[in-house]
Amino acid sequence: MTERTLRGAAAIVGVADIASPTGQLDQRGRALEVAMIRAALDDAGLTLDDVDGVCHAGSPTALAEFLGIQPRYVDGTVVGGSSYELHVEHAAAAIAAGLCEVVVSVYASTPRSDRRRPGGGTFGGGGPGGGRPMGPNPAVEWEIPFGLRMPMGAYALAASRHMAVYGTTAEQLAQIAVDTRAWATMNPNARFQEPITIQDVLDSPMIASPLHLLDCCLVTDGAGAFVMTSAERARDLGRPPVYVLGAATAGSHQMISQMPDLATTAGAVSGPAALRMAGVKTNDVDLLMGYDSFTITALLHLEDLGFCGKGEGGAFVEDGKLGPGGGPLAMNTNGGGLSYTHPGMYGMFLLVEAARQLRGEAGQRQIPRHDVAVAHGSGGVLSTMGTVVLGTEATL
Amino acid sequence: MTARIEPPVSPVSKPFWDASRDQRFVLPWSTASGKAMWYPREVDPQAPDAAIEWREASGDGVVYAASVHHRPGPGRDEADGPYVVALIELAEGVRMMSNVVGCEPYDVAVGMPVRLVWEPLSDGRHLPQFTPA
Repeated sequence: MTERTLRGAAAIVGVADIASPTGQLDQRGRALEVAMIRAALDDAGLTLDDVDGVCHAGSPTALAEFLGIQPRYVDGTVVGGSSYELHVEHAAAAIAAGLCEVVVSVYASTPRSDRRRPGGGTFGGGGPGGGRPMGPNPAVEWEIPFGLRMPMGAYALAASRHMAVYGTTAEQLAQIAVDTRAWATMNPNARFQEPITIQDVLDSPMIASPLHLLDCCLVTDGAGAFVMTSAERARDLGRPPVYVLGAATAGSHQMISQMPDLATTAGAVSGPAALRMAGVKTNDVDLLMGYDSFTITALLHLEDLGFCGKGEGGAFVEDGKLGPGGGPLAMNTNGGGLSYTHPGMYGMFLLVEAARQLRGEAGQRQIPRHDVAVAHGSGGVLSTMGTVVLGTEATL
Repeated sequence: MTARIEPPVSPVSKPFWDASRDQRFVLPWSTASGKAMWYPREVDPQAPDAAIEWREASGDGVVYAASVHHRPGPGRDEADGPYVVALIELAEGVRMMSNVVGCEPYDVAVGMPVRLVWEPLSDGRHLPQFTPA
């Protein structure tokens, strides 16, 4: 057991609460949460502009969106009554590690007065998902009625914006699917192992323009796991340790209609932050495991993490340098979400493949230089980015 | 025929939907920041004590992003054919999701000026849609 290093690293600097002898409050939902956050910040002598971390035992990203802030730390830990103790623990660790500086956690619930309100315990009215305890779900009012097909419709909007602003072409996006499939030919567990061409991608049915069927990830079964321990213990274990050299999170929205710039993700914040922590430059990276829910997703990661300039992703990928036998950087060597597997939350597989490559255990698809890998996950609809930089013993 | 999914009326957005009955297009403004807000929020998080004011909006906008949906989304029917889901940058400085109608789907381009048109809902309300200006 190593000594805990969080001692003295962080403190609670503001608090607020509210209750009434009647057992009921006038405010509820988000308005009540905002009132509590403002009061605690006032108590601390801070403002909402200081806040860069959000804890919420529900949806911290939805809360952050409501607050109009773009956090670089979110914690949605929900374990029941002790959730907020865990939020304190996690936030202290995060602050000690420099992930963020000012974290808020908030709780508001009004079950007693909710019972007396028309419509019962939710507010937001009818329709699928129309009511929720914390207030109306804005997506049900402001996205779903327009027939947005999720998730591909959201990514299609981002791709349309990228094409319009930067001239990115359908052929360039297709190249990502082609290269990823080429890697999948060397993964005996991949869903699809037959090579494809750019024309195959362009000839596949249009789903939501500009995305064709082969621009979209699979829907498959799949499972994975990882185990982590201290660097000290890791050295005594049987396998070559894969060290976490850097990690960072950044969120920018919950609904695609609230994304500040549809051609730039929060990976532009999390990527450089994680690389900086790791002391690694993009040209030191041997492998990018970049979440490829759609071809556009992977292209945005390449730009936002700095492997190429903003808007240059199309030109960067079009010579096929990210595929087998290409350049010094390999991408999605397991065949990715596009050709290997995509059970829904694919981020686990990014880490597993990165570890296998760094250990030199990737078989036929093993990349020759394998010291540094980046696993970059994308959550929601390009909403919350998590970048992890991994390295071998040699990189320490 | 798939039934269209009609938006629920939340307490927060009731003024929007009430105005839509008369085909009036209103947006919520924060009296503190002097800016329009979208989507409608219970409070301006930067100034929760400030009033939210609903003001008439121009209905003018520009296409920010657009996708022709060939596979239908919720409440849409494949038989109705491809339709355009778009983000519209309104003249008032906010961006909202909508559809662009009244033209060939692939004629819709990023940067195209559009103006508001109303689609009737089943209960007398109207859904904001946009058409080339």
